[in-house]
Amino acid sequence: MHPFVELDRVSLSYGGGTLAVDGLSLTVEQGQFAAVVGPSGCGKSTLMKLVTGLMPPTRGGVIVDGQEVAGPLKICGMGFQNPTLLPWRTTLRNLMLPLEIVRPHRHKLRRERAGYEAEAKRLLASVGLAGFEDKFPWQLSGGMQQRVSLCRALIHGPKLLMLDEPFGALDAFTREELWAVLQDVWMERRFTGILVTHDLREAVYLADVVYVMTARPGRVMSVHRIDLPRPRNLETTFTPEFGRLVHALRDEISNVREAVR
Amino acid sequence: MSRKRPAIQTLMPWLVVFGLFGAWELACIAFSVPEFVLPRPTVVFQTMAEFAGPLWQHSSYTLFTTVIGFALAVIGGVLLGLAVGASPLVYHGLYPVLIGFNAIPKVAIVPVLVVWFGIGTIPAIITAFAISFFPIAVNVATGLATLEPELEDVLRSLGASKLDILLKVGLPRSLPYFFASLKVAVTLAFVGSVIAETVASNEGIGYLMLQASSRFQIPLVFAGLIVIAAMGVVMYFLFAAVEGRLTGWATRKTEFAEVE
Ligand SMILES: Nc1ncnc2c1ncn2[C@@H]1O[C@H](COP(=O)(O)OP(=O)(O)OP(=O)(O)O)[C@@H](O)[C@H]1O
Ligand SMILES: [Mg+2]
Repeated sequence: MHPFVELDRVSLSYGGGTLAVDGLSLTVEQGQFAAVVGPSGCGKSTLMKLVTGLMPPTRGGVIVDGQEVAGPLKICGMGFQNPTLLPWRTTLRNLMLPLEIVRPHRHKLRRERAGYEAEAKRLLASVGLAGFEDKFPWQLSGGMQQRVSLCRALIHGPKLLMLDEPFGALDAFTREELWAVLQDVWMERRFTGILVTHDLREAVYLADVVYVMTARPGRVMSVHRIDLPRPRNLETTFTPEFGRLVHALRDEISNVREAVR
Repeated sequence: MSRKRPAIQTLMPWLVVFGLFGAWELACIAFSVPEFVLPRPTVVFQTMAEFAGPLWQHSSYTLFTTVIGFALAVIGGVLLGLAVGASPLVYHGLYPVLIGFNAIPKVAIVPVLVVWFGIGTIPAIITAFAISFFPIAVNVATGLATLEPELEDVLRSLGASKLDILLKVGLPRSLPYFFASLKVAVTLAFVGSVIAETVASNEGIGYLMLQASSRFQIPLVFAGLIVIAAMGVVMYFLFAAVEGRLTGWATRKTEFAEVE
């Protein structure tokens, strides 16, 4: 095991002087799935931008895959609460979008389109969307769109997947279904993952390690290792151990929020 | 537009047009309005038939200048819209100038154009251009500028260049805005060319109307107005149809051609 993402006492203040995160340190190991939880506005989305190099830190250093991050990463998969699919493209063509951008795929795409499309269809099938290749996003339900968005983040085989509240807008049943879907792809591919979420059960279900952040300016307050055996399923969420972990997180977040008042 | 609609909805525009003409006709008869003030529609249509030759000749000239001016406006509007929408620097630099330019009544520039180019086709084309390129530029720029920040993040973290984002997202996204602006801009282009013709031309429907009014041929003036209106309506629906075909995804239709 060696570290894949390292933040070393990182601070970032936005233009207006808002100090979003301050002295934030965190390490995610290669192939590990990490979750980040914390009160609203504590800098979780900011953390995403720092790790992906979309914003440079004001102070401190960010290292991804052994390299100091200086600009936007070129290979990272990202997903958000809003699926952000292109409405004029079919599901399949939405999936091909990263391949049209990421090197070296963009140069091989024209010649090896059939192979890439087969790969995209396989990925769609693995999230239960076989047969939806030619549908447009607005012909899919919210949950289906989110599955497509997840596939789009993974199609080019990134070593790092960043998810910012990806299931926040879905109903409880769909959300739990997608936890299993995400866990399956992760267990198959073993990329490094960072998941920002408000849902503590989601964090415990999916993560190997959960970071709890303080209120703004955000820092890591505590780290919880989740050693529940995999694959986890809905039954796991009813075990006492699962309940205990969720409860511990819940208490910490309540304390943070109390402290703010 | 191709979805089935109740027959009454298809008929409605015609009913309204005929209703308007009917009301106009009746009002003229009921209040015995003199012909040199407001001719009855039947008289106007008679005049139209009578002057079909000159009307055709002058309106095809107007159509010609309008289409040229409009085509230039499409090119200029798209280029300007691209520049303004893709670069914040250009946007901030040009914005006040554009607003100022748009605030100038275009009829005010015709005399200047006459000094530069003389009486004739070129002032009409330029006026049509000047009046119709602004909505095109604004709409293209708006389409480019409304990129969701999250989608931008997704693309940039994949290593997308500015050009990639423009080609893959910005342009397709601005297409519906672009086509929506075309149908508005083409009717404005008619306004521009007719304005210029009434001031500085010896051809075109505007010139014909000016001549007619100076000879108190009021029915012919109205015949000209109706021809202009008809050309405007035809052009509008032409571009509305193009818009419907090419950018159906923006209105979530199930049958349409995929763009790009
Ligand atoms: N573009 C920006 N300009 C200025 N301030 C910002 C900007 N984005 C975020 N902030 C500020 O930085 C702080 C952290 O924002 P961030 O979006 O990272 O929070 P978050 O933890 O993701 O919140 P939430 O859980 O509600 O999504 C907030 O106080 C916010 O006001
Ligand atoms: Mg956030």
